[in-house]
Amino acid sequence: MLNYSLKRLASAIPTLFLLITFAFFLIRIAPGGPFDGERALPPDIEANLAAKYHLDEPLPMQYLRYLWQIVRLDFGPSFHYLDWTVNDLIAQGAPVSFTLGGLALLLALAIGIPIGAWAALRQNRPGDYAVMSIAMVGISIPNFVVAPLLILLFAISLGWLPAGGWEFSPSRMVLPVITLALPMIAYIARITRGSMIEVLRSSFIRTARAKGLPEKEILFNHALKPALLPVISYLGPAAAGILTGSVVVERIFTIPGIGSYFVQGALNRDYTLVMGVVILYGILIILFNYLVDLIYAWLDPRIRYDDQEAGA
Amino acid sequence: MNESERDAFDQALDTRVIQGRSLWVDAWHRLLKNRAALASLLVLVVMVALVIIGPMMSDWDHEIPDWDNYSTPPSLETGHLFGTDALGRDLFVRTLIGGRISLLVGIVATLVSLLIGISYGAIAGYFGGRVDNLMMRFVDGIYAMPFMFFVIVLMVIFGRNIFLIFVAIGAVNWLDMARIVRGQTLSLKNKPFVEAARACGATEMQIIRRHIVPNLLGVVIVYVTLTIPQVILIESFLSFLGLGVQEPLTSWGALVNEGAQELETAPWSLLFPAGFLAATLFAFNFLGDGLRDALDPKDRV
Amino acid sequence: MAVAGLRALLALSAVALLAACGGSPADGEPAPSRLPQVVEVVLDEQGRPEPSLLAERQVLLRGNGEEPQTLDPHLAEGVPAANILRDLFEGLTTTAPDGRIIPGAAIHWDISRDGLTYTFYLDPAGRWSNGDPVTAADFVWSWQRVVDPSTGAAYARMLAPVVNAEAILSAERPPEDLGVTALNDTTFQVQLSSPTPYFLGLLTHPTTFPVHQASLETYGSAHVRPGNLVSNGAFVLDDWQVRSRIDVVRNPHFRLVDEVLIEQVTFFPFEDENTEFNRFRAGDLHWTYQVPSNQFRWLEQNMAEALHVSPWFGTYFFSFNLTREPFRDSVELRQALNLAIDREILTQRVTRFGEIPTFTLVPPGLPDYQPPEPEHAEWTQAEREARARELYARAGFSDSNPLVVELRYNTSENHRKIAVAVAAMWKQTLGVQTRLVNEEFRVFLQNRAQRRVTQVFRSGWIGDYQDAFTFLELFHSEHGRNDAGYNNPRFDRLLDQIASERIPSRRRNLMVEAERMLLADQVILPVFTYVTKRLVDPRLQGWQENVMDQHLSRHMFLVRERTVDVAPAETADDQENPTEDETES
Repeated sequence: MLNYSLKRLASAIPTLFLLITFAFFLIRIAPGGPFDGERALPPDIEANLAAKYHLDEPLPMQYLRYLWQIVRLDFGPSFHYLDWTVNDLIAQGAPVSFTLGGLALLLALAIGIPIGAWAALRQNRPGDYAVMSIAMVGISIPNFVVAPLLILLFAISLGWLPAGGWEFSPSRMVLPVITLALPMIAYIARITRGSMIEVLRSSFIRTARAKGLPEKEILFNHALKPALLPVISYLGPAAAGILTGSVVVERIFTIPGIGSYFVQGALNRDYTLVMGVVILYGILIILFNYLVDLIYAWLDPRIRYDDQEAGA
Repeated sequence: MNESERDAFDQALDTRVIQGRSLWVDAWHRLLKNRAALASLLVLVVMVALVIIGPMMSDWDHEIPDWDNYSTPPSLETGHLFGTDALGRDLFVRTLIGGRISLLVGIVATLVSLLIGISYGAIAGYFGGRVDNLMMRFVDGIYAMPFMFFVIVLMVIFGRNIFLIFVAIGAVNWLDMARIVRGQTLSLKNKPFVEAARACGATEMQIIRRHIVPNLLGVVIVYVTLTIPQVILIESFLSFLGLGVQEPLTSWGALVNEGAQELETAPWSLLFPAGFLAATLFAFNFLGDGLRDALDPKDRV
Repeated sequence: MAVAGLRALLALSAVALLAACGGSPADGEPAPSRLPQVVEVVLDEQGRPEPSLLAERQVLLRGNGEEPQTLDPHLAEGVPAANILRDLFEGLTTTAPDGRIIPGAAIHWDISRDGLTYTFYLDPAGRWSNGDPVTAADFVWSWQRVVDPSTGAAYARMLAPVVNAEAILSAERPPEDLGVTALNDTTFQVQLSSPTPYFLGLLTHPTTFPVHQASLETYGSAHVRPGNLVSNGAFVLDDWQVRSRIDVVRNPHFRLVDEVLIEQVTFFPFEDENTEFNRFRAGDLHWTYQVPSNQFRWLEQNMAEALHVSPWFGTYFFSFNLTREPFRDSVELRQALNLAIDREILTQRVTRFGEIPTFTLVPPGLPDYQPPEPEHAEWTQAEREARARELYARAGFSDSNPLVVELRYNTSENHRKIAVAVAAMWKQTLGVQTRLVNEEFRVFLQNRAQRRVTQVFRSGWIGDYQDAFTFLELFHSEHGRNDAGYNNPRFDRLLDQIASERIPSRRRNLMVEAERMLLADQVILPVFTYVTKRLVDPRLQGWQENVMDQHLSRHMFLVRERTVDVAPAETADDQENPTEDETES
């Protein structure tokens, strides 16, 4: 196990390096710079700012400087939010994004898996069609439509919930979490349904049925575990995406997470901030893919990652 | 090639052809039994016909505002069947023009991702070993890149060119395809008919092109029907950020975004484009599910 | 459990559908307004309200546009940051609710006869929020910091009229050479290189505010963090959650603290105007930064008493790139395009908030300046269009040989609508084929400045100080934002003359002449005068609309509601409130 983990860790380093290099040069190709504004800066001030942030050096030099910075875990000052460093901004935004995303993920799993399994048991019957159609609505309506609808209904017409803001208060979390979870519920339900149908047709379930085991036991003890495998592999990248936030949800509900830095950072040419969140995302992806593999091994005993301690 | 080898080869070839044909026919029959999938197919055909022909049938232009009727509800009297937008442009025509763009974006971007994904995945899977390892490591690197950041930067760099939107989205979306194809290829390449072809002296590229790729078709078709709706949604997200298609052209995403902002004052400007968008996505998804059920050999118990 | 989940989902989608269908005001019937009704406000001789009318909690919630880039007054840019900084800091002068310039940190001042020497007498009661006195030396140090190029102050050119400022900005002289002196602790003297009639107005701009030297030296760039920031205004920074909220509380050391009624102001940043609008409707805000332009009809019907629209000191216009074809040598073509657009339609049907159609660059409303209206301002639109067609033909274009032109704008809902409408008008009147090019902001700025690919592009300017010169100087051939590439030596000479002219009436005439020249050369295509538009809770009082759009929280206060927030089902008796009787008696 340990051996395998170390191997994965070692292979993550070139991946991250590739990601950093690619993102660094990509964002620099974009026209315009971080200090452009509607009002033109006097040339000497502009030159001074460039020198202050080392933007006057040749690009390869800046790249090496940046790599050296990251090695020391310093993501540098933000070029847009002048009073903060990228570390500050991520430290402020990440807990918000992780809370929001984590709750949405839990909600999506708690609803998606049961309705997917339920639909699988009624394959091609009205109940199946009804549930899956509703799930499809969750996928087919963009969340920038769902969010204003929810706000209009629950915050403005009914006045039950706040219209936005965050501040870690439960009532403010309800609408954004639901908005973020809706499409995931739909995806998870569909994946669960598909794999559940497949599992229910497989030979070992038929054997179990032939043995006369109670349906409930077959379902929960035998079918559910293998049926969840595709859900788990979907969750890896999905979790990384949802934990780093959603631009739409953050914007519509004014949530100070890190999601909008991917967009705003790029639009403001806030080079360091954008690199910071890109690297964070990359690390999460690698981490979650690793976790997915571990969970796989745990759920499916046929898979073993360790060649040396296989007997243990 | 001696006699017995040739026999084996012919047999392999034959069974493949027969198997192939029966597979498709079988699949088609099974698809015909799936009402939801069939209805979806019909919806899509009608939708495509409508967005192509519809705008030609209307008296209105998608570009020129009707200054006397801005933000008016649907009405036969004014001739605006779906009402008008905030500038007085006919929403019927704009919804259909938007449909053209959305469908085009969906299809072209998916094709781009197919082209890259299939060739990349097939090559990696077929050659295996170090090549595979290196190629997949590259995919991992790109995979770890947040998709939105990538698309936005590309949009910023290349401006608002619609063809570049296709390419940008396709260029990111091929990763999944590459992975799927690679996995399939890995399992295909040791099948008897491939070995037979190799024994006949076919070159590597010929084998990939003639034997591997055609056998991936089932997976690919399912993938396509599920990717097109995703791409349409991605385009709508870009429109939400104001980075979508250039005026006076529009897309469903752009229209839905405009409509969502006038939810209360002009609900029709949301309802019609959102209805078209949802119906199309619905249809693609149901069709994709239907095709998967129909094509998946595991089902044929 | 599965069934429960399904029911929840069903219920949810059902209500969502209901909201989509039932959300519109049916048959134009106004929905009942949820705005609070307030008591009638009686002011005493000092213009302060009766204490009994004041709400118990004086916490002001202000929507404030995008997250400020910084709260360092010298580095900050943009209106949102300025709004917060005007509450935190105080310049030598400040503004009254109606926008008049009134004494700030300086209680009075002398201006020498030649208009070149300003002597400011600081309020001896002026204190920093840590109790230190505000001294003339603070201003000297702060202003030197502004013009020091290593500071990187975005608006450093605000101090350009001060002796040696230009030379310091271009690193030819040390910052110590700036023409400012502390005659004693409370006397601050400024030497100007040319008389600058708007100089007192500049002093309300955050770039000229003092900063606290000791805390800057202690904390460096972290001096603006909550807990570190020392300021001299009516409020002091209490908490700052990035992209969530900025809280400022009343500064107990402020020289006029007794007059400040608001105890706390919370500024909320918004990335999306619809979001802010929803938050206001849900009762989370007293004051919005803006209003979504497509909500006008709804607002008129449902929240008319909260909507405040007033002219602003800014102009929306398009510019022609004069360095390239097709506009380089063809003034007729530029005039044709200018005359072909219908500004009434643009303002009434596209922007819709009462923007004022204009044919000039400088907005109306300056006390001592009347923009020179060209003669076509008096024509009917039909006359303008006829003339436009004539000029278009004279420029060598026709239906068979139409002008093909690119209209460039940066991503924004309003710019998009205006550009689409303008393109349609050109097409309808002249047959011009316009390609709309929507660019992301920084790409747009770069293209504009490079003048290589631009043809016609969106421009616009909000005056930095209350003088026509803030608009005219943009078109000096060497100005950094002269993106049109206007290069007219006569115009440049006029600007130079204006800068050194000491007699107000002569100066005004020169400015009128300059603007007339600019308009005759049709460098720009003016569209409308901006308006400020915002929603304000009726309970918030003490503020007034003003053309510079400066609203200091220290003048404001919250009054009581007339009725307690009760459900409509309750009886009328319950709704009676003792304060109402008081005001009527």
